[in-house]
Amino acid sequence: MTDPALIWSYLAQGPLLWLTATLVAYVVGDALFRAARRQSWANPVLIAVILLAILLGATGTDYTTYFEGAQFVHFMLGPATVCLALPLYDNLPRVRRALWPMLAGLFVGSGVAVVSALVIARAFGISGPVLASLAPKSTTAPVAIGIAERIGGQPTLTAALVLLTGIFGAIVVTPLLNALRVRDWRARGFAVGVAAHGIGTARAFQVNQTAGAFSGIGMGMNAVLTAVIAPIVVGWLG
Amino acid sequence: MISALSLILAFQLVGEILSRALDLPLPGPVVGLCLLVAACVLRPALANRLRPTAQGLLSHLSLFFVPAGVGVVAHWPVLRDKGIGLALAIMGSTVLAIAAGALAFQAVARWTGTVDPSALKGRGDD
Repeated sequence: MTDPALIWSYLAQGPLLWLTATLVAYVVGDALFRAARRQSWANPVLIAVILLAILLGATGTDYTTYFEGAQFVHFMLGPATVCLALPLYDNLPRVRRALWPMLAGLFVGSGVAVVSALVIARAFGISGPVLASLAPKSTTAPVAIGIAERIGGQPTLTAALVLLTGIFGAIVVTPLLNALRVRDWRARGFAVGVAAHGIGTARAFQVNQTAGAFSGIGMGMNAVLTAVIAPIVVGWLG
Repeated sequence: MISALSLILAFQLVGEILSRALDLPLPGPVVGLCLLVAACVLRPALANRLRPTAQGLLSHLSLFFVPAGVGVVAHWPVLRDKGIGLALAIMGSTVLAIAAGALAFQAVARWTGTVDPSALKGRGDD
């Protein structure tokens, strides 16, 4: 029999191990999410990330090595974003009728997301590059990274803050909007897309197709608006 | 499925090229999304052809965020250092933004008379 250490060093170099681990962690996260009757606190992304973080820590694997395997899954974010066109197309008559409510939700949601995050962070003494990294945290990761670079933030820190925002938004949206008695699926989806980008959109699709479609639109519109307002607000508070 | 996936990738590719060539503020996949909506409006048969694959990908949208999510671990020292401020900023602003955005949408929908009864949440839904 071959020495287990040799098998390990072979597997640790190729993408197979961490690609498999990513899919298995997600399958476990998704199974727990279903077992919890699709309650939002059992977020499958959060569960999978925690499992993988424990596994990386236990095996002493760094993120770069992990990402060599996981990049195939990461790559699918792009095609999946393009696919958001279908629910958007299917809901097009609804979208046309909701133009004014969407613009209101966009300007209010996007403005509150940037200003309140920076005001709270400043109150805790956060400034400079970390503050600039925080400003675009509600936008989809590739756009957020571009904005952070332009306003003097740290792109990789921004990516982490974007992820945390998305996971928190996906967990909090259902109980929050139930408490506020917002029954309009369009408003519920749109608001979570603006505040919590793709992870919020994934949550919206778990609950309702119309909410998912509006969430995708909210995410796209907010990407454009944040690119405009984040530099202004950072200049003003930073 | 492969032909549907090729079409989806082609839209992403054209989106990526346009985004870079025209220096757009939107990333390539979002430009590809807009182009695909326009293409479906012009040719509704395209939507029917892509729908099964698109629904398959979107039903596991969460999965594709996992690798980037693990990246949070790589930033653990900074996140721990500024932990309380960053956590409160993220949690506070996300709650405020979702609430304010949804209430603004709902208020303007009522005000402009564009409430859609078919898009209301029933009492039994979660």
